[in-house]
Amino acid sequence: MTWIVRGLSLLVVATAPAWVWNPYHLHTLIMAGIFAVLALSLNLLLGYTGQLSLGHAAFFGVGAYATGLLTVKLEWSPWIGLLAAIVLPGAAGYVIGRLALKLRGAYFVLLTISFAGCVSLVSVNWMELTNGPLGLPGVPPLEIALLGLPALSLRTKSAFYYVVVAAVALCYLVCLALIRSRVGRALVALRENETLAASVGIDGTHYLVLAAVVSAAMAGFGGGLYAHYTRFVSPEVFLFTYTVTMVIMVVAGGKGTLAGPVVGAVLFTVLPEALRAATSWQWQMLLYGVLLVAVLFFVPEGIVPALRAAGPALRRRWSAS
Amino acid sequence: MTLEARDLTVRFGGVAALVGVSFTVAPGTVTSLIGPNGAGKTTAFNVITGFQRPTQGTVRHEGEPITGWRPHRIAARGLVRTFQKTSVFPGLTVRENVLTGLHLQGRVGVAAALLARGRVRAEEHRLEAEADRVIDFVGLGARRAEAASGLSYGDQRRLELAVALAAQPRLLLLDEPASGMSASEKLTVAALIGRIREQGITVFLVEHDMRLVMGISDRVLVLNYGRLIADGDPAAVQRDPEVVRAYLGSGAHAHA
Amino acid sequence: MDQLLQHLLNGLLLGATYSLLGIGLTLVFGLMNVVNFAHGEFYTLGAYAAFAALMLASVHFFLAIPVAIAAGAAAGAICERVLLRPLRGQSIDTVMLVMIGVWIAMQNAELLGWGGVAKSVPTPFPTQPLVLGPVSVAPLRVFVFVVSGGLILGAHLLLARTRLGRAMRATFQDRETAALMGVSIERIHTVTFAFGAGLAAAAGALLGPVFLLYPSMGDLASLKAFSVVILGGLGNFAGAALGGIVLGVAEELGAGYVSSGYRDAVGFLMIVAVLLLRPSGLFARAERVG
Repeated sequence: MTWIVRGLSLLVVATAPAWVWNPYHLHTLIMAGIFAVLALSLNLLLGYTGQLSLGHAAFFGVGAYATGLLTVKLEWSPWIGLLAAIVLPGAAGYVIGRLALKLRGAYFVLLTISFAGCVSLVSVNWMELTNGPLGLPGVPPLEIALLGLPALSLRTKSAFYYVVVAAVALCYLVCLALIRSRVGRALVALRENETLAASVGIDGTHYLVLAAVVSAAMAGFGGGLYAHYTRFVSPEVFLFTYTVTMVIMVVAGGKGTLAGPVVGAVLFTVLPEALRAATSWQWQMLLYGVLLVAVLFFVPEGIVPALRAAGPALRRRWSAS
Repeated sequence: MTLEARDLTVRFGGVAALVGVSFTVAPGTVTSLIGPNGAGKTTAFNVITGFQRPTQGTVRHEGEPITGWRPHRIAARGLVRTFQKTSVFPGLTVRENVLTGLHLQGRVGVAAALLARGRVRAEEHRLEAEADRVIDFVGLGARRAEAASGLSYGDQRRLELAVALAAQPRLLLLDEPASGMSASEKLTVAALIGRIREQGITVFLVEHDMRLVMGISDRVLVLNYGRLIADGDPAAVQRDPEVVRAYLGSGAHAHA
Repeated sequence: MDQLLQHLLNGLLLGATYSLLGIGLTLVFGLMNVVNFAHGEFYTLGAYAAFAALMLASVHFFLAIPVAIAAGAAAGAICERVLLRPLRGQSIDTVMLVMIGVWIAMQNAELLGWGGVAKSVPTPFPTQPLVLGPVSVAPLRVFVFVVSGGLILGAHLLLARTRLGRAMRATFQDRETAALMGVSIERIHTVTFAFGAGLAAAAGALLGPVFLLYPSMGDLASLKAFSVVILGGLGNFAGAALGGIVLGVAEELGAGYVSSGYRDAVGFLMIVAVLLLRPSGLFARAERVG
């Protein structure tokens, strides 16, 4: 049964550009994909090691700027830029992880907020490097250039849609591979009982750094994708709203699961678009705040785990009637 | 000598938790550390296993100084401890708990996890088989797939032991393994400790139950107000007047 | 030299209000173990409440501050009663996330209610600075300093000398004994949180006229409050009082000698530095339990 469902969903996803006629809706799907990458990255920290990073927009932003600066100011290939968008934030994640050492819980959160605050201030004030509030326009699109063949520019929404789908699949698989191994178990051990983990030989700092690096690199990857899609980078990428949105997606979707963040990302990208006609973004953010509290009160594990738990009960009801 | 503690002193905030404590633990033996509440027993454990730094003194494991090493490094040498307050991974199943305890028996890192799925599968099979063996050893076979948080107190303590055993200790430090247990459960614990000793693992335990201690120990150490006041075989220690005074004086009673 | 004195004076004057902000948070974070990321929102609430009293109800400037404190304390009490009490016993992370939700909701409510345009608050003080030898100071800032100091003193007296204060201290030192002695634990939690929120609101009402009012002003205030709490040590009243001054002076020196654009970075850097080097706080007594 599930194979049919899976096959159908794959078909739907794979052919979307063909039947989603409104380009704005396609844009929404692309943004949902980018946010899915971001949500998966935050989930690695929050869902698996249990540490909350409220500065995740900083990794996203650093990734966007890394590729933006390299491709606009140095005119390097966007693929190198994308690589830098992964590596540079990854390095930043390493620094945070190393700095954090024994800091956990609220202190870790404060460290991440401080880091994000500093990076944001630099992007606004260091005009010579980043152009400050004016931002970097003219970021080139991704191109596939194989020897001999003409370059295939991935600037259209349809083309970029497939890039994003591939990106989400890649990130999902990376998370899956890590979780279903000894590495994943060590990460979860950090969340469940770090003292016990140490007593059986798990080095908490090492695995937190690891989670921070992969998480940051993945968020940076999302930033790079964003830069090559919107073709413009400005300090707005550091807006706290992005971090908040990521947190909501992970917590409401279901932290500690892999489907949760993806579902959360789609839900909280599509929902605002539906609401956009009716209300302003301030109402939307207000709703987010209320929703976060509501989820934590009533469905604390998140939507996906709640549905999974409700699944067997519903199935029994169906077969009984 | 498996373990050698010399002049261990721990002071903080004006309190002296341990003062000049020295002792050795011989390989293949069961040594017990007893003393009234607050005597410094758990502090001694913390210092030996790296969870606390001594103000002074050294700890050697098989000749190598390990004072001040971080806990996971000490665990990698085969010194594994349990905790006074029941300590498991609550959100995981019994199996997952023990698999986590088997961490040091695995080799897969990030690179292998991402690029060598074949190796990961092989390792997982190997670890799962080993986990099942340990689970059966402690008698939790029937509860393999249950969440740790849902287990009864006695089963949780058994799980704790399983997780510690999974880490392949050469020296196992048990912090009050029988606390809160009924008489029959205590007998099971004593038998389990005996079987652990048969496997060649040295056992060092902190306990309050005198009958248990005297029944299984080769050697007994007694702490009082942070100082070692007796060190010898169970019978001798039981007769030691200072030991008797320590227990009667502090109001704690020894189960004869 | 004169420049240095001026910066030090500015830092001191500003720092007193940071102390006020920090004391409110250290009580909540240090005693109740609640990571109140919405602390800055009570600051904002206080600022806007004072503004509303002034502009809409034509309340006298000096009365606007008690109005703000009352508004903050009330909001805090409601928050504690409705959100925190049901969650007592849950993990600190859940509470933290809930307060983040409150933060988002409150800020965007302010945005919807007042609009995003910054507002300036009219004050009855002359804008002409007072000149005292080598330094000069705006009368408004002196007023803010005096009131902040007074409120800090008042808070200290409340905690140290009154029955309520004793009950609060008892509850957070040994909850069970306090309950046995007849202290209503639930009420103390509500009062403590309201107290913290009230102090934050006071800080907002005081600094509103000094800077400008805008809905996201609470974000930086929150961070500075955490900075002060970390500097002074969790739950450490005197530490928070001193920490506020340290932060104020450091900011003024940073803005004066390095760059004013990076002024707010000082708070961030202090958090990072203290967390890394001396996590128990600069002023905490060195006591370490394993």
